[in-house]
Amino acid sequence: MKAQSGQTVSFSSACATLALRDVRLAVRRLGQVVQPVVFFLMVTTLFPLALNPQPSLMREIAPGVLWVAALLASMLALDSFFRSDFDDGTLEQLVICGQPLSALVASRMLVHWLIIGMPLVLASPLVALALYVPLAAVPSLMLSLLLGTGVLMFVGAIGAALTLASRRGGVLLSLLILPLVMPALIFGARSTDLVIHGEPAGGGIWLLAAMLVLSLTFAPLAAAAAIRICLE
Amino acid sequence: MTDWTWFHRLASPPYVYRTAARLQTWFTALAGLLVGYGLFAGLFVAPPDYQQGDAFRIIYIHAPSAWLSMMCYSTMAIAAGVGLIWRMKIAHAVAAASAPIGASFTFLALLTGSLWGRPMWGTWWVWDARLTSELILLFLYLGYMALRTSFDDRTRADRASAVLAIVGVINLPIIHFSVYWWNSLHQGSTVMKFDKPSMPASMLWPLLACLLGFSFLYAALLCVRLRAEILLRERNASWLAGVVELR
Repeated sequence: MKAQSGQTVSFSSACATLALRDVRLAVRRLGQVVQPVVFFLMVTTLFPLALNPQPSLMREIAPGVLWVAALLASMLALDSFFRSDFDDGTLEQLVICGQPLSALVASRMLVHWLIIGMPLVLASPLVALALYVPLAAVPSLMLSLLLGTGVLMFVGAIGAALTLASRRGGVLLSLLILPLVMPALIFGARSTDLVIHGEPAGGGIWLLAAMLVLSLTFAPLAAAAAIRICLE
Repeated sequence: MTDWTWFHRLASPPYVYRTAARLQTWFTALAGLLVGYGLFAGLFVAPPDYQQGDAFRIIYIHAPSAWLSMMCYSTMAIAAGVGLIWRMKIAHAVAAASAPIGASFTFLALLTGSLWGRPMWGTWWVWDARLTSELILLFLYLGYMALRTSFDDRTRADRASAVLAIVGVINLPIIHFSVYWWNSLHQGSTVMKFDKPSMPASMLWPLLACLLGFSFLYAALLCVRLRAEILLRERNASWLAGVVELR
């Protein structure tokens, strides 16, 4: 942080500085943002190739394909959450900088939601239409994916923090996180399925929103505790 | 005034080691008696079910395993919380000792459920809400144990896996209800015969004995594993010389 000697940085400006830095880093390392989207597009292309690409079948499997692919794509991006900051010591500075670590972690989670989750949400109409999802269902699909990727990012941050100090990150991270985010997958895919069949999305969207609020409340605390454990 | 010394004594490995050794004998005896009675009465004395015939008898293994799969997880999470809050190393040892036992019971519950499902439902597996949430519970156990083994440093492994156990315990109800919700939308209510409220006493008592007996079995196994954990963690401590005879 840009504190002069003896001058304290306010809490909100610390969070804003960190968020701005993360966004700037993401813009400079664009691959980090683009690769999950490319992965998402490629995985969803595999399904019509592997199955019989008739419209009725595609429409039937579209919610599952979209949600599982989005889940895996954001899972791949999770390891970058704290890794580079851990390697170069920035994370230690964040821990000792005097600001509440959980708030800094929360600001990073929100930025990651923006730079990893948002591109997936923006790419989803393309995939949805390619899988013959009716156009009327797309806005609701995007909304549910927006909420769902948020849950994945927040819960995933706990896993990313826990596996920082362990020898093997990637596979272990998915092992820890996948069972925890299964509810998001269930609610999200189910409400998408309902919308595709011309019914209202129902409680799924609200439950996703509730999970988002719950995870935004607790995940920063757990992730901050995990970071402290890995650094002590 | 409440006497809190018992709580502090729990932080002492020699004390816990000796207590566990003493309790282990009692727990094993109780488990043997209760499970022995329960299995005998359940498998030979209780009448066959009017619908399921003899196939229902797997309940005497299945229901206690399913019950313990959840009890082990709560024990693990509570112990992890105690270890994290009061920095009590023994509590972490309890959590570490509990996880493999819980995973085994979860696996046993899934296995017996699947064996029962073959003659009853005609398939080894149905995507039933109970089966699915039990399967996710097994994944949670496996993730916990995988995280624990991935650290070289024991203290760090203890504390990191404790965070995971607590996150898991907050998530368990959400997983449970989401799976029920998903299930109720996908298929009609499955024929769950265990929901039947009434059960003749000749079937019920063995089941209760098995439930209690399996709980004591868990306690006994926990003592064994806990002592092994303490031996591993305290292998350089001098008090061990008076307890373990070296061969």
